[in-house]
This record gives sequence, C-alpha cells and structure tokens, in this order.
Amino acid sequence: MRTAISRLSLVEPRSLRHALRLMRDEAGLVPLAGCTDLYVALNDGALRATRFLNLWPIEELRVIEPRGPVLFIGALATYSSLIRSADVRRRLPMLVSAAREVGGRQVQNRGTLGGNIANGSPAGDTLPVLAAAEATVVLGSATGTRRVPFTAFYKGYRTTVMRADELILGIEVPEVEGRQWFCKVGTRGAQAISKVVMAAVRAPHPRVALGSVAPTVVRVPKTEAALTGGASVDEARTILMSEIAPIDDIRSTAAYRRHVAGVLLGRFWEQTAAGRPVY
Amino acid sequence: MKGARKAHATRATAVVGHPVRRKDGLDKVTGAARYIDDLVLPGLLYGTTIRSTISRGEIASVHLDFDTTGFTIVSARDIPGKNVVSLIEADQPSLADGRVEHVGEAILLLAHADKERLLDVRVSIDYRPAAPVVEPELSPTTFKEITIAKGDLGRGFAEADLVVEGEYRTGHQEHLYIETNGVLAVPGDGGITVHGSLQCPYYVHRALCELLSLPERKVRVIQTETGGGFGGKEDYPSVLAGHAALLALKSGRPVKMVYDRAEDMLATTKRHPAIVRHRTGVTRDGHLTAIDIEVLLDGGAYVTLSPVVLSRGLLHATGPYRCDHVRVHGRVVKTNTPPNGAFRGFGAPQTQFAAEVHMDRIGEQLGLDPIQVRERNALRPGDTMATGQRIEANGGALRVLREAARRTRFRQRRRALRGTDRGLGVALFFHGAGFTGSGEVKLRSKATLELTRRGVRVGVTATEIGQGARTVLAQIVATALGIPYEHVEMPPADTSLAPDSGPTVASRTTMIVGRLLELAARDLKRRLRGRTPAESWRAHGPISVTKEYTPPPGLTWDEEQYVGDAYGTWAWACDVAEVELDRDTGIVRPLRITSVADIGRVIHPVMARGQMEGGTAQAVGYALTEEVVMRDGRMANAQLTNYLIPTTADTPEIDVVFVERPYRNGAFGAKGVGELPMDGGAPAIVNALRSLGADVRAVPATPERVLDALSKG
Repeated sequence: MRTAISRLSLVEPRSLRHALRLMRDEAGLVPLAGCTDLYVALNDGALRATRFLNLWPIEELRVIEPRGPVLFIGALATYSSLIRSADVRRRLPMLVSAAREVGGRQVQNRGTLGGNIANGSPAGDTLPVLAAAEATVVLGSATGTRRVPFTAFYKGYRTTVMRADELILGIEVPEVEGRQWFCKVGTRGAQAISKVVMAAVRAPHPRVALGSVAPTVVRVPKTEAALTGGASVDEARTILMSEIAPIDDIRSTAAYRRHVAGVLLGRFWEQTAAGRPVY
Repeated sequence: MKGARKAHATRATAVVGHPVRRKDGLDKVTGAARYIDDLVLPGLLYGTTIRSTISRGEIASVHLDFDTTGFTIVSARDIPGKNVVSLIEADQPSLADGRVEHVGEAILLLAHADKERLLDVRVSIDYRPAAPVVEPELSPTTFKEITIAKGDLGRGFAEADLVVEGEYRTGHQEHLYIETNGVLAVPGDGGITVHGSLQCPYYVHRALCELLSLPERKVRVIQTETGGGFGGKEDYPSVLAGHAALLALKSGRPVKMVYDRAEDMLATTKRHPAIVRHRTGVTRDGHLTAIDIEVLLDGGAYVTLSPVVLSRGLLHATGPYRCDHVRVHGRVVKTNTPPNGAFRGFGAPQTQFAAEVHMDRIGEQLGLDPIQVRERNALRPGDTMATGQRIEANGGALRVLREAARRTRFRQRRRALRGTDRGLGVALFFHGAGFTGSGEVKLRSKATLELTRRGVRVGVTATEIGQGARTVLAQIVATALGIPYEHVEMPPADTSLAPDSGPTVASRTTMIVGRLLELAARDLKRRLRGRTPAESWRAHGPISVTKEYTPPPGLTWDEEQYVGDAYGTWAWACDVAEVELDRDTGIVRPLRITSVADIGRVIHPVMARGQMEGGTAQAVGYALTEEVVMRDGRMANAQLTNYLIPTTADTPEIDVVFVERPYRNGAFGAKGVGELPMDGGAPAIVNALRSLGADVRAVPATPERVLDALSKG
C-alpha cells in the first residue's frame, strides 16, 4: 500500500440530503462507494485526497425501477444487481452483458454503475451501453437536481461536466427500440481491461458507441448516418475506421483497435439482422 | 508389478507412489502457515529502497529532501564487506556506487519504525546519463559464449537435400509467484539471522558472509513458508537479504522488507528473452543431416545466473532429436535492463520453442505431418545427443511421442478439424534433470537424518515452495526406512541446523536430494537392526546419518569441450494442444492440452500432476498473453491489470499422462518434473496456430501478432 491509510478519514452521512450538504460544505471531499477503483489508486499511491464520503449505505441510491417512460438505475446499483434485475434484463440486456464482463465476482459485487460513470475511464465496460442507450445522468446537489445527457457528460479524458458539489444519483434509460448488441475484446477470457468495447442498437437509426478508442467513450455519428442512409456495412466500416482515433499503448496498438472496431461493427450488423434469433 | 504395488499399498509405511496428505496442507488451508509478512518482532523497522530511474549513467549527487528523524539510512559506503551480490561473477553491486546500469537498481536503503513514514521519503538524485544499450543484438558486451559441436557440419549439409532456415523469438516472462519477495533480518551476537521467502538458503548465506564480512557461523538463514518461486527466488533473495541485513546491522534492530507487486515486477529478475536462428539440413525422406543453431540471450545489466541459463538453453537447443553433425553456438549479452535470472526451464523453454516450431516448418516443406517428421528423428535408446551423451535403454523421445499421438488420435483429429477455426499442434521435448554437467559434483550436496523419540527428523535445506518437496521427501524417507509417513518430521530449512543440500532449482530436489535421503534412510535402517525408531531411541539414544552426493558411476563431463553427460538423466514429454482461433480478432483460445510425460517413477501422483498442470498453464501464458512491455529499459506494464497471466477461463483442460520409466540413480526411480512442462506448451500452441495458417515465430502470440501473421499468410 503506497498511501498512508492512517492519514485518511471517512465521513459517514446520515442520509442522502446530509451527503449532499457535506459535498456543498467541504471542498475536496471525495465520494466513494464500492471502492473497486479507489483501492487500486490507494495501493499504487496515485490518490491525493485524504477525506472521503461513504455513499455505500445510502439505500435509496441502490434502487432499480421503472419510472414512467424511463428505467431508473441508482448510482449504487452494483454489477451483480444489474445482472440479477428483471427490469434491466428486459429493457437493457446489453447492460447485463457489459456487467458480466467487469472484473471478477468480487468486483461485480462491490463495483457500482455510478462509480463506473464517475471514474470515467475510456475503457469502462458499461459506458458504451449508456451512450448507445441515450441514457441521462441524474446529478444531485444541495440546491437541486439536474439531468445531463450521457453523451454530453464527458468533456475529455476523465473529466466530466459535474460540479464539485454534485453527486451522481443515477441514470435514466428511455425505452430502447431495436436490437441491442454488446461485445468486449480484451487479451484474456476474464478480468481484462478492454482493447475495444462496443455497444450498439439496431434500429431505423442505428446507434453505435465505442470504448478504448478515444479519450472518452464515443458515439460515431458519421458511421451511424451511413448505416441509417442505407450504406453497406463495408462502407460503414470504412467510415468507422476513419472516424475513431485510437492510440498505441501498453495494452494494444492503434492499428489493432481500428481493425477490431471494424470487425465488431460487421458482427453487430450481421448478428442483429432481421431473421436472426433475438438477442 | 501391479500386484506388487498393490501389496505395498496395504502397508502404511510404503507411501511412495501414493497421494498422501501434504505435510503443509492443513496449515496452508487454515491460514496458520506463517509467511514473511506475518512475522513481527519488538522494535521492528520497515525498510525501503531508493532505486535508479534511468537505465545507465553516473550518479552526480544524492539529496535527502525530507525529515530524516528516526530513519536509518544505508548507502554503498556503509557496506562492511565487499559491495557485491555474490553468485557466479562479482560484477553486481549490492548498492550502486557512483553509477547505475539499469532502471530499478538499488542506490539507497532507508528504514523506519513507522511504515507510513517511508511514504514521505523524497530523495532527489542527479545523474549524468549515458546512452543505454537495450537491444541485445547491439550489445558490445558478452557475458558468456559457448559452443557445442559434434561431427562435421560441412559434411552434414552436403548430405542434405534441403536446407531449412528460420529465426524465432521469445520475450521476457515475469514469475508472478503469489507471494512477492520479502525478508526479515535480525541482528544479534555479532552476526545476523535472515528469515525469508526464498529457494536457496545457502546462496543467501554465502552472499551475506561476503557482503557483511562475517564468518559463516555468524550468519543464519531460515526459510519461511514461501508462496511460490519458479526460479524468481533463486538469485534475487541474495540481493534483498543483503539490503535488510545492512539496515539491521546499522540500526541494531530487526528490519523487514517486503516488496509490493509493482516493485517486485519492476526490480526483480525475469526470464531471458531470446533470439534463436536455425539452419537445418534434411534429406527428402525427412532425416536430419545437419543442425546449426545460433542463440542470443538478453542477460540484462549483470551476469547473475546467465552463463548457466545459456548452458542449459544450448544443451536443449536441438530438441530431442538425433543428428550426426551439430553445431550449437550461443552468447548471453549485457543490456541496460534489470538483470534476468532463473525461471522454470532456465533457457530451455526459449530454445525448445524455436526447435519445435522449426521442426513443424521442416515437416511442411517435406510434406510430412508433424508426427512423421518427429518420429523419423526422435532420440532412441543408444543414440547420442550433441554432447555425445548416450540415451539409456529405457530413455528417448519416441515412446512419449507415440503415446501422445495415439491418445489424441492426432492425425484423425487434425483431418477432422481441417477447414475449421480449430487447430492441433504438437511439441516433443525433454528436460535434463539436476545441475548441468559437473554441477552436482561441485555442489556436493548433503542430507541428514536424525532419529527422534518416535521417528526421524530430516535435515536438508531443500525448500518447500509450494511444489510439495516437504511431502515428497518425507514419503521417500518413510518408505525407505519402513516407518509411518506421519513419523517423519520436516523442519523448516535452516542453515544453522541442516547441511547444504544444494539449491532448490533445476528439477533436482526429488531426484538428487530425495536419493540422498533414500540412501541415508537405508543406512539408518541397517543401524536400527530391526528395531523401531522408538525402541532404538530408548536403548541407544540419538543416531544421525549424513549422506553426501557422489556421482553415479560412468557419468563423465568435459566442461571445456562440452562433451559428455550433460545431465544424469532426462525427462521426456510430448504436448498436443487444440486451439480455437478467431481469425478476425486474432484471439486464440486453447481448448485442450494433452501432456504425456516420462518423469521416471512418480512419487506423489496428485502433486506430480499438479506440477504438470501448473507448468502447462504457465506455458499457456508464455505462449499467448504474458508480455513484458519494456520502454527504455523500464517495464511499462508492471501491474497485474496490464501484465496478463491466464485466468481459469483461459486455461484449457489439461490431460496429464505419465509414462513411468524409472531412473536407477534417482530416489525410487524418480527424475525431475518441475521445469519440464514449461518447455512444451508454447510450441504446441504456436504449432496449432500454424496448422490454421498463422505463421507465428515469436511468443507471446498476442492477438496483434497473430493478426499480423494471418495477414501475411
């Protein structure tokens, strides 16, 4: 452990309202939930913060339920609870697929959807799903609640539109029409960080979102427009490969990522074609 | 034979060949076993290491930019003896003195009673950097060069109808023992006691005597319960024990140093990367007429064990094949990267990867299938190897090859898979058991048995590192002495209590140390004259028997010419791997590996199988996913998230079959098993890819490399 644990303090809120007041009143207070990202940072000494707000006991942020036309998923919903939820299975099966790909069972039991969003890694497994589903992020603060489209949530590499006093309360997912599709490509069969991750929806206006190919999760509007306009999947693949800008890093190469993104687009299109078994 | 063994099974004492309960099993399962990080002493300090951040250069100045109150600080100037890590050469300093040769080289040591204060340490070091050498092919410094020659290469190539050439590459590999390197040094009585997670107590003992300028009796090394080694705790603990001892002697207090995973990956040894070139003459009907092999190993910044890694690599470089005209030449060179060291297989996985992929390519060019081309050339009893070593009457590679082909229905299966995305590959391989050449003679290992009130106590410094040494050695003693297995005590390896039975490396523990104990037990049995240990103890008190290694008659070795019996015996094996290839992403999934192995008599069937399965899984990682990304001499992916070993989801079903051909000079007929499985997995998997049209000649065969190979195919 490369962080001095005895110098850290944990603030326990009595309620969500109390948590939001604490966020307003104390600059530098860092919210934590399942700690699956935080502990990694603590272990390698990368974390600067010393005061943390424990959100884990706030039950109302754990809710998964239909609310009118949308499905609400609380920020503290764990990957395991997403996998178990009948509502998520029915309305957003690609999120179940993504949740199954996150870490191992222990991480799935602790890690939360809100944490995955807040951590903002371009390789986050659930993020392309939220982008393709056109989800909305519900942000709360002591002064009220606001909604931000997920596709406008990230400003750049691990930076978001959130204010310092805000917490992610959850996400709202509208009805997704069309067939959903998800695939993650990593180096090993489990517990791998993705080299490319894609979520997509086959609808009159197809939606395609990718992770690990840019500083943030991205939608690919030119590719989507081509598919909407009736272009062949080969044409769309060519557009996709120029539309994304992956990089070489210790996990893979730009060339491999670009190629595999094209492969995944082809598989999405083939596997969601009319007449194929429903996903 | 079968009847005889069955009869033995009814006697609780004849436990060789039976899966008895592990000596260390209960403590490990219940958590009672104490590892180095579990040990705490009053007044304990925690140590840390300040390391070089550059690959090569002079140290201009060192500044301590923190409150040093309560810290013990050690630099090269504080070393009482020689500033070396004593191993083969005296080239590696314990602490850098004026210059550094690799990233991660230790410069300064600090200790404090409060672990967290170590995190406040800020040391700025000014360097005068020099241009590092990171490519072995560009290195001007050769640590060791060896040539093995037999026959007349010119004549061999003249007899050839075809010459096949190829270059093959293997990368670094990280050991990833589950417990990182760690030691605890305790000063006292004008000397030092070091407890540690280590494989070779007497290596550490010798290194400490030199570094600290202490007589042998003032240095004591005790192995704590050890969470894996794979060779990674053969040479490195001598470095770490030296550091903790220096801090302990200066502070007068016990000092514990346990690396975290990132530091362990960044600073400790790895498998040597290799470039191997083959040029092979072959007749039209598939017989080898000439083998010419050139091996280049990347040794890293200091010599460590590189000369012997090179030696073993070259001795295995032809693969288990016969040929009258052979030349194997190799060098291990210096680069400005952390020193490479011992790793399960010790040079042989690198050279046999090359040999086995090359053999498939030879078969392809001749229109022979992989089994045929190997059958024609596999070593048979009476054949001679490159060094002139003659194959024993019950040795050779043919038997395991035929058994593997039969069991997997290799040809039928390969035909059935044609046109699919599944491929089948084979690798035939061998592994010399025990130290190379005259190594065992020089070691002169000893083992002791002492009578106790109810049985016997074993005195060896062979270490239990998870492989089951404690259990297997106790089985051998119980069986030879005719006493219950439970009455054999296996105390921890301690240089103050047990003689030097040699390092726990080179697949030698069961075969060599086990044999010494077998002989000691037979001797003791004679002296008991039919009494039980308890009866003898009551009548005569303690008895102790020590045996020292003597070479089996007839073994010869010429170190200068590299001629003679390179190893006392060889283990033989054949792997068949079935894989599935995703042609669009280059992802390879091994589906099943069959491993047929002759390791002599199997002492403990469950643990022997465990060795084969574990070694094969490690070879799957070597073949496919384990890639050390070096950037300017620094491991860029020193995290478990980015250096990827196989999970259970990536490890195929492994079918292990033993062909037991006993070795007359091994304990109850046993040979070595530890390293053998590491040699075969990678070429078998890569040959399976070859059958699918991917001409891969380097490991790890990452998806990126496989796609590249497919696009060129």
